[in-house]
Amino acid sequence: MDELSKFYHSVTLDSDKCVGCTNCIKRCPTEAIRVRDGKAVITSERCIDCGECIRVCPQHAKRAKFTHLIELNEFKYTIAMPAPSLYGQFNNLDDIDYVLNGLKAMGFDSVYEVAGAAELVSEATRRLMDSGKLLRPVISSACPAIVRLIRVRFPDLVDHVLPLYSPMEVAARLAKKEASERENIPVEDIGVFFITPCPAKVTDVEAPINCEKSAVDGAIAISEIFPLLSSKMDKLTTLEPLAQSGIIGVSWATSGGESTALLKEKYLAADGIENCIRVLEETEDERIGKLDFIELNACPGGCVGGALCVENPYVAKARIQSLRKYMPVSKNHLDRDEEIPEDMKWQDELEFSNAFTLSDDIAESMRMMVEINKVVQKLPGLDCGACGSPTCKAFAEDLVEGYCLRTDCPFEARVDHTVQIPGLDDKKD
Amino acid sequence: MSMIELKYEVPGDDFTRAGEASSDVKRQLKKIGYSPDATRKVAIAMYEGEINMVIHAGGGEAYVNIDPDKVEIILADHGPGIPDKEKAMQEGWSTAPDNVRSLGFGAGMGLPNMKKYTDSIEIDTEVGVGTTVTMIVYPDGKKV
Repeated sequence: MDELSKFYHSVTLDSDKCVGCTNCIKRCPTEAIRVRDGKAVITSERCIDCGECIRVCPQHAKRAKFTHLIELNEFKYTIAMPAPSLYGQFNNLDDIDYVLNGLKAMGFDSVYEVAGAAELVSEATRRLMDSGKLLRPVISSACPAIVRLIRVRFPDLVDHVLPLYSPMEVAARLAKKEASERENIPVEDIGVFFITPCPAKVTDVEAPINCEKSAVDGAIAISEIFPLLSSKMDKLTTLEPLAQSGIIGVSWATSGGESTALLKEKYLAADGIENCIRVLEETEDERIGKLDFIELNACPGGCVGGALCVENPYVAKARIQSLRKYMPVSKNHLDRDEEIPEDMKWQDELEFSNAFTLSDDIAESMRMMVEINKVVQKLPGLDCGACGSPTCKAFAEDLVEGYCLRTDCPFEARVDHTVQIPGLDDKKD
Repeated sequence: MSMIELKYEVPGDDFTRAGEASSDVKRQLKKIGYSPDATRKVAIAMYEGEINMVIHAGGGEAYVNIDPDKVEIILADHGPGIPDKEKAMQEGWSTAPDNVRSLGFGAGMGLPNMKKYTDSIEIDTEVGVGTTVTMIVYPDGKKV
């Protein structure tokens, strides 16, 4: 992986729209954003593309880059790969085939359900876990924001992440192979497009962590195709049977779906990035009792809560529950006696990439930490964000690292230039 | 060479705040790029110690000194003291009250874990006066 792609992000800022409010800096789970000179700035090394800032920005200045439908024209044969979360976006949907036929009516040559590949990943996970070769607790590798979070913040946990590709990647590889054989066309002419609920998946397509290049050719936001897809679905006159997934695959759309498919009792499923961080902290400190599996989804409710979905995550979850009611448990299986296909296993290991240390030289970073602790003691501790840093602690770090001025803190500025403030000045030495 | 000297009050009356001091130490160790193995050991051993102080001793003070060659954790309380140190070091031995056990604590792994996750531990205790536990973790210390 080259340096450029290492820090590719689908989450970007539209500077013209940004008014320099502090909503995003307060919500960013990795403290990756600062407001400098009246505009938000994202620190690339820290951003995990979780999309929290997109959700919270009142100016809609935070956006996700994604593939547009026009890019379908670059390929002779196109395949739509809907995320299972797409199925929860429609009112009164009682058959997945409406969605799949609607996608074909939009112009895709065929569809390949990610939910189908998810069932294979579930089966491969069960086999790997039963083999006893994986460190417990095994942590799911499906949510790219979580994998990126572990990569930059939890060095002790990188070896616990399930070394299998996500259902999206597995689906793309299978879809291309099958279409190439069935249609007798070279793989290069086939374009595979993931219909994505979140920006983190876009990043996972453009800059994958565990392989050189993703088999997915583009990721299109659910919110982008939703209007056209709904109208195509309304106009369908015939329904070709296309659905290829069961309860297990479709359930991956919501938190707990991946875990229950493992048919094990000792699992934990958390959703929402702050909850996930707490679970990771406590796992790292061995405070959580013995668990076989930890499923973490950065978005509330799971993928249905992705920042590029259109429906309320809990409404989508309820819909998926009724949609899967009369489905078979699983429609996709690995060959009984065969090894787990190499195509499903990570090519490259997950490596810790520290984005939070003060300096490479420990003596220097300790000197800075001493300074930071001194500065923190003098600050009011309001975490108001007016300085452009998310908390007083973060301001102290930024100050010592030379990224801002002491007078960026309104309290410090007031003390420096005008009157003495009782209480605040008492704290100064 | 600068050394980071930290001091925390461990509140004895609020169980829900136990673990805050060790979390802050962990955050700072990560920030300065300390050895991940040592960081994990410090976080676990100190957390166990903090919980002990809250359960048995009504809180106290925690002092943490970080320098590049070692992390020293001193947990000092003014609680009842430990009558039988040897027993207290045995896995499963516990004098924790039921209300604490119902939260999943008090399994008798506190001191044994503190010993397991540190490179040295010294317990200075006097019945009726208090207990001071001094633990040291080296960045290149034992693997746990």
